[in-house]
Amino acid sequence: MALLVIAEHDGAGIKQATLCTVAAAAKIGGEIHVLVAGHNAAGAAQAATRIAGVSKVLHADAPQLGEFLAENVAALIVGLAKSYSHVLAPATSNGKDVMPRAAALLDSQQISEIVSVESPDTFVRPIYAGNALATVQSSDAIKVITVRTTGFDAVSAEGGSAVIESVVAPADSGLSTFVGREVSKSERPELTSARIVVSGGRGMGSGEAFKLLEPLADKLGAAMGASRAAVDAGYVPNDWQVGQTGKIVAPDLYIAIGISGAIQHLAGMKDSKVIVAINKDEEAPIFQVADYGLVGDLFQLVPQVVEELNK
Amino acid sequence: MKALVSIKRVVDYNVKVRVKSDGTGVETANVKMSMNPFDEIAVEEALRLREAGTVTEVVAVSCGPLACQETLRTALALGADRAILVQTDEELQPLAVSKLLKAVADKEAPQIFIVGKQAIDDDSNQTGQMLAALTGWSQATFASKLKIADGKAEVTREVDGGLATIRISLPAIITTDLRLNEPRYVTLPNIMKAKKKPLDTLTPEALGVDVKPRLKTLKVVEPSKRKAGAKVADAAALVDKLRNEAKVI
Repeated sequence: MALLVIAEHDGAGIKQATLCTVAAAAKIGGEIHVLVAGHNAAGAAQAATRIAGVSKVLHADAPQLGEFLAENVAALIVGLAKSYSHVLAPATSNGKDVMPRAAALLDSQQISEIVSVESPDTFVRPIYAGNALATVQSSDAIKVITVRTTGFDAVSAEGGSAVIESVVAPADSGLSTFVGREVSKSERPELTSARIVVSGGRGMGSGEAFKLLEPLADKLGAAMGASRAAVDAGYVPNDWQVGQTGKIVAPDLYIAIGISGAIQHLAGMKDSKVIVAINKDEEAPIFQVADYGLVGDLFQLVPQVVEELNK
Repeated sequence: MKALVSIKRVVDYNVKVRVKSDGTGVETANVKMSMNPFDEIAVEEALRLREAGTVTEVVAVSCGPLACQETLRTALALGADRAILVQTDEELQPLAVSKLLKAVADKEAPQIFIVGKQAIDDDSNQTGQMLAALTGWSQATFASKLKIADGKAEVTREVDGGLATIRISLPAIITTDLRLNEPRYVTLPNIMKAKKKPLDTLTPEALGVDVKPRLKTLKVVEPSKRKAGAKVADAAALVDKLRNEAKVI
């Protein structure tokens, strides 16, 4: 039995999400292969050979794979999948886009966002915004899985010595063309893999007010996030959203500032190791999950916290 | 141009769900049910395309038990022209739903099929992509902006790291993200009007689709509860706790 992991990468290197997905594959057991699909992604393929526990890297390099368009990548996966018992990808926006398309073409009922492996055919996944955990058993010959990366500790990016095998990409589907990308530039760590996250909510009151959080994030080396309310209000970009339908994070420290703690937000951060809440409403639901709560005006308290950190 | 939208009847967004004590699932008896919020956005987008003159007819489709008629009536009250229920009491998983929707798409031949990106009950995020696979059509998931011109759809998608824009050929499957639009409210006169709009019923058997579930749910449990911690007096106390008690900074 061999398992295929679809790599999340940036052409030059492998993303942390891939390492968590390899960890999930290792829990299932079997020989682990990694597919690096992209254009001019030799660096990523090389990096993938060094991932602990990986025995082979399949490298598909073609212009039509460059932007990871679902039609082209799913066709590639389907062509390879027949040799595997399991095909796994991280539940990133790429993984969520491509995997169900591949699963349907394989006539397999995908298992989305697993957080635990019980046996090679049985997995645990959150439902109802994480308010329930379902244990499900698949009867499909090829199991197609997306992995919630916060559920698995990343394997080491070093130590492996896999071989690279080139694979041919199917021709461009002609259905979809890439137009452009607006990337939110940031010097800060990536939200989903940061050790510390500083998030703001509706209580910030404006996009301008998020500047108040920057010294705190800078001091802690933290990524910045936001609640859906803050994103919907246009304070910050959409990819900052933490929650059921945004990013799922589980950092060592999550600092929720001016966030009331709606169910859908809690679904995205309640597995954080330590949660701090700063809110003026002492009845706010966020305090029911916070390890440390600070009640008061965030516009006064946040600078005070920064000052204390500088001491 | 015809637009299809799929809608799912789910436990209302505001209901705090309870896991059944026998571990077989979540309590849905006597619980308020509503249209999946992402599907409301799908209906709204189709209506706006019709109002802009791009689309001439909006057809709402739902798969599930007879009670889904209510949800379809809501779609009709919002402004959909007609509705189709694929009626079954079988537990439907995303692959089965996408096969049913594919069969409906074959009959209706829409140019655009708008689907919510995710249902807030099973949180699968699969049906639109699977429907695109089975029809062989293009897909644009997690849409936050949609423009249709010259036989193509230009879609801005919410992705990790920001936004990505793609141009796809029609017919196409679009899945909606939160910021695509703000759905309108149903008005009483429109609820009355909706009662007279056509609602057809089909069955999986008539469509020749096997909907047997592939995933068996062995058990459903409540996640371990996080305990509330303590309030601290001031910023100094907080930083002290983080440094010396939690040791995370």
